[in-house]
Amino acid sequence: MANVIKLRKGLNIHLKGTAAQTKRVVGACAEYVVRPDTFEGVVPKLVVHEGDRVDVGDALFVDKNFPEVRFASPVSGTVKAVERGERRKILGIRLQADEVQKYHDFGRRDVSSLSADGVKNALLEAGLFGYIYQLPYAVSTNPQTMPKAIFVSALRDMPLANDFEYELQGNERDFQTGLTALSKMATTYLGIGKNQKADALVNAKDVEVTVYDGPCPAGNVGVQVNHISPVNKGEVVWTVDPTFVIFFGRLFNTGKVNLLRTIALGGSAMASPMYVDALIGTPFSVILKDALTRQEDLRLINGNPLTGTKSCLEDSVGVKTSEITAIPEGADANEMFGWIMPRTNHFSTSRSYFSWLMAKKAYDLDARVKGGERHIIMSGEYDSVLPMDIYGEFLIKAIIVGDIDKMEQLGIYEVSPEDFALAEFVDSSKLELQRIVRQGLNMLRKENA
Amino acid sequence: MKALRQYLDKIKPKFEPGGKLHAFQSIFDGLETFLYVPNTTSKVGTHIHDSIDSKRIMSMVVIAALPALLFGMYNVGYQNYAAAGHLADASFFDLFFFGFLAVLPKVVVSYAVGLGIEFAWAQWKHEEIQEGFLVTGILIPLIIPVNCPLWILMLAVAFSVVICKEIFGGTGMNIFNVALCARAFLFFSYPSKMTGDTVWVASNSILGFGYDLPDGFTAATPLGEIGVGANVPYSLSDMITGFIPGSIGETSVIAIGIGAIILLWTGIASWRTMGSVFGGGILMALLFKHLGMTSIDWYEHIVLGGFCFGAVFMATDPVTSARTHTGQWIYGFLIGAMALIIRVMNPGYPEGMMLAILFANMFAPLIDYYVVQANISKRMKRLTKNNK
Repeated sequence: MANVIKLRKGLNIHLKGTAAQTKRVVGACAEYVVRPDTFEGVVPKLVVHEGDRVDVGDALFVDKNFPEVRFASPVSGTVKAVERGERRKILGIRLQADEVQKYHDFGRRDVSSLSADGVKNALLEAGLFGYIYQLPYAVSTNPQTMPKAIFVSALRDMPLANDFEYELQGNERDFQTGLTALSKMATTYLGIGKNQKADALVNAKDVEVTVYDGPCPAGNVGVQVNHISPVNKGEVVWTVDPTFVIFFGRLFNTGKVNLLRTIALGGSAMASPMYVDALIGTPFSVILKDALTRQEDLRLINGNPLTGTKSCLEDSVGVKTSEITAIPEGADANEMFGWIMPRTNHFSTSRSYFSWLMAKKAYDLDARVKGGERHIIMSGEYDSVLPMDIYGEFLIKAIIVGDIDKMEQLGIYEVSPEDFALAEFVDSSKLELQRIVRQGLNMLRKENA
Repeated sequence: MKALRQYLDKIKPKFEPGGKLHAFQSIFDGLETFLYVPNTTSKVGTHIHDSIDSKRIMSMVVIAALPALLFGMYNVGYQNYAAAGHLADASFFDLFFFGFLAVLPKVVVSYAVGLGIEFAWAQWKHEEIQEGFLVTGILIPLIIPVNCPLWILMLAVAFSVVICKEIFGGTGMNIFNVALCARAFLFFSYPSKMTGDTVWVASNSILGFGYDLPDGFTAATPLGEIGVGANVPYSLSDMITGFIPGSIGETSVIAIGIGAIILLWTGIASWRTMGSVFGGGILMALLFKHLGMTSIDWYEHIVLGGFCFGAVFMATDPVTSARTHTGQWIYGFLIGAMALIIRVMNPGYPEGMMLAILFANMFAPLIDYYVVQANISKRMKRLTKNNK
């Protein structure tokens, strides 16, 4: 029987527009755009030029600091253009896709007979290694780190999140192969939710399965690491999104790179919330054709409403695109006397509103901050939604003042910005906590480099 | 309503930098955000936000303080009519309206002076107006005697807002409770207006309401009388309902209790702090009674004076209290115990709640430091264990 960890702190937010479990497939499109900055912490260096031909799985760019970490092309075709921004930063690599896709054949392999280095080299060669992230710093990892453990969380519990059990259907074999491959490199822990019953999760082999019983953010891999093997200074754990475990499995089972992922289209501005299958690099404009109920006053999010990034139709599917969310922007709401009105259609953790009476009601929230930024006034707000052995408020203060010693002492190596997403949601002082945490992590990464 | 929005949009540019009325931008912003929830949308981080904000929280505290204020007004009338011996022929309206007239100027002066400074300061610092004074502004009139002259109230408010809050960086950064600082300022600068037996009952009629009391009239608070060894002439039910002399808002346990329920229910006040203040106070009162050092029972200590008001409205100020859960238990207990120690063991001060809370405010960062340090030590231990 799997180990069960009960968590009490946290908050489930019910939003309108949960994706129905039906799927449409986004067929081949003419152009794909791969965006290197979707890989956190990677300094991209191009290895292709405009006009070059690539097959699926050929490298498009590498990490400047670790050139052995290559990043695979999702499609075969021609490099049509490289979009650059300020200081020649690479914003996107635009690929003109072939009509018939050609795959770089990396050869099928039996993972059970591979060594740790064998797995690592196969992932590096196929341009998939960069999909492995790490704590500390919550960035794409590099092959020189020696992980003390690898964590995969199959539980996605953010509002409007993609249900991994649904994504898993039909991919069970690849998922298991991927897990076995990871387990060759370090002890691998698979975290699942108490309502997840899929056999491929509950009875996953070669990994230690842990059941997390509690509200969001129980599915955050950082929270799971904190409960099983907290990261001390100098240690590294790898974290892998379950979708990428499937990518890894496909590589070993078929010898090919196949970056097809399942994406939940959710949110109240989505005409019919559902799932789609699309390749990494697929432009949102293709996926969302006729899918939105509005074009104006629209907040498009690459990811879920708590941890996703602000997006637009020119964006494309990337590392964090497990969901695409569309909600109203709300910039013209002009709501009167918010400080005293009952506001029954608003969601709040505070009992000065009535949402506590309607636990199951799904809300249609817009992107307004709903208050001015203040100093931290209320105490205990962050800690009530942070199920980790960490004093969130004190850590945030240490980051704001740039006190590196204090940050280390208070456990910054154990957290990633997404762990503070709920705290940012409930914060009555409306501070940008995820940005602050990312700033602190970058500061330490630079300092320890 | 649309017309109002359009009008605000029309005049807004005048208040922006370069506009004619730029010097009043903070006032315009304050008014605009009072009327409308800001339409600002998130730029980075979470795209959705909880609807709670600092304005709503402060408004809730003000609402929680209203029962104490309204009862305080009524009691001011009650005490005056009772002292004049005309209680029997006065209506509820007479009593309340007299108290209303006596108390309202204090509320107005407190808000006018405090908000005036807040607006000017925000304009000077190019910051948004912070809502903290909404609460402070109503708490200050509640914790002073009714005969406190308005001019010294003005001084006290100005002192506490500038010296105890703004120079530390505004709401959220202050070390000491701002309302209590105002009271402490009055207490030590104008002791004759704050203590004794002539300040607690309004002694002049206002607009035909109430009675002029004779010059020699005196009425001490029950704690004052106990302090000099006299018997308390009030029943326990009077003490609980609040028909006793005292600072305007502190007398009625019932009115304060309604406030406490609002604060605890909305989660704005920490139940740990509040509970622990009572725990500390009760325990010390029992101990002193057992040792024969105090003549009254523990429940009388709790219902008399500013104990309840301090526990509910002052100790729970999140900014100046301990911020960790463990810290809140210690912090609250320290207040309760210290208030009783000052009351019983210090012959000079019949009441100790204000000093106890200010004392604990000073210790709150230290308490938190040790609580957080325990977490740090645990992490360090894990690190050294792993490195062995």
